[in-house]
Amino acid sequence: MTPLQTFHLAHLPPDLAIHVALYTDVQNAPILRDQLLQGNPDFEYALIEASVILSTTHVLAAVFRAANDHLYARLKSRNVHSEIVFSLGANNNIAQSLRTFGITSTTTNLLVIKLSTDPGITALTVSEHLSTSIQGTQVDFNDATLTNMADIAKVRKLYKLGGVEEDGSKGKRRRKDGTEEGSGLIDGASIKDSERVRKELEVAILGLMALKGVV
Amino acid sequence: MNHPPDPPQDPLPPPFTHNQPTPTLLTQGAEALLYRTHFLTPSHPCALKYRPSKPYRHPILDKRLTRHRILSEARTLVKCRREGVSVPGVLALDAEGDGASGGWMMMEWIEGRTVREVLIEGAKRRKDDRDEGVGEEWEEGMRLMMGKIGRVVGRMHEVGVCHGDLTTSNMMLRPLDKVQQNGEATNGEHVRRFGEILQGDIVLIDFGLAGQSLQDEDKAVDLYVLERAFGSTHPEAEEGFQEVLRIYGDSYKGAKVVLKRLEEVRMRGRKRSMLG
Repeated sequence: MTPLQTFHLAHLPPDLAIHVALYTDVQNAPILRDQLLQGNPDFEYALIEASVILSTTHVLAAVFRAANDHLYARLKSRNVHSEIVFSLGANNNIAQSLRTFGITSTTTNLLVIKLSTDPGITALTVSEHLSTSIQGTQVDFNDATLTNMADIAKVRKLYKLGGVEEDGSKGKRRRKDGTEEGSGLIDGASIKDSERVRKELEVAILGLMALKGVV
Repeated sequence: MNHPPDPPQDPLPPPFTHNQPTPTLLTQGAEALLYRTHFLTPSHPCALKYRPSKPYRHPILDKRLTRHRILSEARTLVKCRREGVSVPGVLALDAEGDGASGGWMMMEWIEGRTVREVLIEGAKRRKDDRDEGVGEEWEEGMRLMMGKIGRVVGRMHEVGVCHGDLTTSNMMLRPLDKVQQNGEATNGEHVRRFGEILQGDIVLIDFGLAGQSLQDEDKAVDLYVLERAFGSTHPEAEEGFQEVLRIYGDSYKGAKVVLKRLEEVRMRGRKRSMLG
């Protein structure tokens, strides 16, 4: 089985480990969601609907923001884990962010994040608790898996990014009259192209998350 | 602005206190310090713009100004990026800090050099080796680069953003991707042909003074400032500026009107009439 993955993000204190597990075919989403709604402290996780996550950077940027706000003791929501879900949103509406990016009763692709906010929380305790609580198949947390799960059209809609690098959009137009364009770009470039579109979407999303609607 | 400044007076606030390697200071302006560091992992380089709090300002005013300036710059960058203007994307920001340390913004790292550096090196090398055909290659490269500048400035104005400090130091020339550049460039810099110095994409940076404006006056002033920048530091590039204006004029619908306005601005300078 894929083990729980543990990260340390740059600039955050070294003892603040970030534990991440990604599941597919989750069977018991309604129960998990109820635990969150009841505020059961054993289930203090960021439970994220993985199909609206574009990439590892996308979600880890939200973790970074939430952790920074946690360190400054200025969380807007209940705890650092709900703050991660809130941070994914592009506005200041907590309930809306939790509804869109958090687990729903129909979630099957589930991303679970837990921060070691006290020394008692370790990779071992987290993975033991998860293995008994989540009924689903654990898969690798990486860009390739997330790309497969992601519903790009939905992500675009959530962040109102209809125009960004879509076919025939401004990005294309800029390149059309670009003089340096080589001939090798046209054929067989579709994989590279979709990668470029994803990067462009990602950077637009990070900007919107950072701004939180003060546009 | 260009030589490495003295060690900073303002140490970075958390969370930038435990990072390895520590951020390197690149430049220091009156309002902000610019560092090179990394985003979530050391392999993801980024620029960090830190606006320390000013001890001589009243704390409440200071906090408000810092917050306002960070958010306004970020807002403009995000808008530009969404609309397809080539600018660094915003990765993260903290406009509040702990209330006493100022705020910061992290942006995408842009590879390459400023247009100013490129022009200075180009002029120097042109003086050094007077090879056959080098002049022509340079002229052509310059023409293309000027066109790109005109196009990106035009696009920025089209979406309703004025830069406010459009100089050659605030434009980066980002080299093309390795793949795109069909030359293998085994030894990097050394084997680069002269004309290749001028290749790449123009990326506008430093939107600290930028604002959203649809007024022809503000757009014309942007162009005027850029024209003066070319005229004063790169006299040999001054005639090339016509190419910037030519491409700019064709780049969006209102551009011609702005060029008309530019003539007025030239007559009187950047500042508007003192009356009214």
